[in-house]
Amino acid sequence: MEATSPTLRTPGFAGYVATVRALVRRSRNEILRVPGAAIPGVLAPTIFFIGLTSVFGSLTLLPGFDADRYQSFLIPVSLMQGAGFTGAATGVNLARDIEQGWFDRLLVSPAPRPVLLAGLVLSASLRALVPAVVLLVVGFSLGVSWPGLGGLLLAVALTMGTGTVAALYGVTLALRFKSQAAAPLMQAGMFILVLFTTAYAPMELLQDWLADIARINPMTDVVEAARQGFVGGSVSWGETWPALIALAAMIAVMASLALRGMRRTSY
Amino acid sequence: MIARLLLNLRVVAALGRRSVRQTFRRPQLFAPIIIFPLLLLAIQTGGAAGAVDLPGFPRVNGFLDFMLAGAMIQSTLLAGNSGGIALAVDIEMGFTDRLLAAPISRFAIVLGRLAGTAALGAFSALFFLAVGLVFGVQIEEGVLGAALMVAFVTLSAIAFGGLGAAIALRTGRASVVQGLFPLVFVILFLSSAFFPVGLMLEPAATVAEYNPLSFIVEGIRDPVISTLSGEAFWKALAAITAIAGLSLGLSGLALRRRLRTGG
Repeated sequence: MEATSPTLRTPGFAGYVATVRALVRRSRNEILRVPGAAIPGVLAPTIFFIGLTSVFGSLTLLPGFDADRYQSFLIPVSLMQGAGFTGAATGVNLARDIEQGWFDRLLVSPAPRPVLLAGLVLSASLRALVPAVVLLVVGFSLGVSWPGLGGLLLAVALTMGTGTVAALYGVTLALRFKSQAAAPLMQAGMFILVLFTTAYAPMELLQDWLADIARINPMTDVVEAARQGFVGGSVSWGETWPALIALAAMIAVMASLALRGMRRTSY
Repeated sequence: MIARLLLNLRVVAALGRRSVRQTFRRPQLFAPIIIFPLLLLAIQTGGAAGAVDLPGFPRVNGFLDFMLAGAMIQSTLLAGNSGGIALAVDIEMGFTDRLLAAPISRFAIVLGRLAGTAALGAFSALFFLAVGLVFGVQIEEGVLGAALMVAFVTLSAIAFGGLGAAIALRTGRASVVQGLFPLVFVILFLSSAFFPVGLMLEPAATVAEYNPLSFIVEGIRDPVISTLSGEAFWKALAAITAIAGLSLGLSGLALRRRLRTGG
């Protein structure tokens, strides 16, 4: 009897899509089966939004402040903050999977590393919609101006993009440290990226040192683009394209770092 | 009697030292106490500095003078929360059970944790004081005022640490204590930690006016922005005493319940 040697089949494109879908489904199940896991990512930006509006609301009285309502000015920052928390949570969850050995099982599967990364990141960008929806409902009920359909869709798309950046950053750190102890680093990184912008006031009213940082921080363009509908009531291409380029650049840099981490991870 | 007291003091000191070392070794415990309040202080000072020009804002040399007390109290609240998380982890891992079996006073276990939290409070006060002085804060009451700030922050750490310890002893679960993290910010935003009450929007302004945390913050802020007033001093001391009394009482009750029910 002739012995047959086992053949290793490489999954094709359909297999890759199925892998990504399975990882997204796993992430969705986590939200549905452990609702408490999503609460910090929703609660923190919502508390910050309501709290900061109550505390700093009278800043709009300052000459040069280009918004009538502080809640309209702040809502895009809170959306990005929510996406940042969600992305950081992806990193923490991956670190947990590494600690518990689940990620090792993923690595021995025939799925290529970029496909695994795509699954993790797509899950995060979709999960960023959870805090976004809550924040928008809370925001509109507290008097946030209607940004128009275009403004709203743009803000949601930029939120998902920021969620992607945050997830890639979280994954990079999780693969580097392989421990949930790196969680504060993941959260602090996104905290700095989102808030060292024109988060609290227009550029002209920031102190010089913060204005200098905000000018070179690519997230400033993203915040400003997401803000235009809420504050100005309309969306212009001139204010949108810098945000798209900034997001694309951040995603490209972080994705290459995350992929490098994935390739270096052995099993 | 005295020998027993000395033994318990040694236990409190040893557990306090362990608590401080634990915090500095674990980024999850250290970051909320120093890193996040420092980042928020920088962002708020740089972003909302123009607020000092608003009508009704107290006369200050700069916005950082006003914000320093808020950063200190934020750090202290989070130190209390981190202390509670660490105590709950000790309970989950069985370390507290081993202490309970030792021939020492049961309440010394709680006091040891609080001694550690107090030390962290003092460290945080000195750290933010140094940051403030480096970036140009002028303390109107001078050295005496600075010493009073450190004292208030340290005492506040004991008061807030007691609340964290009470919840840790009652639930025995680190995730529950960690879940209180957002609540810390609710309490902070509903106080005068970051802005004068008179310039806050309603209903937050009314809540902040009666929030005991506002009294504590004003007591810490007063020596920085003006000459020390007796009213701010006594209000801060009364608020700290009330919260400390409540939290230590709750800790005692939670410890007694844990000993009675075993969990």
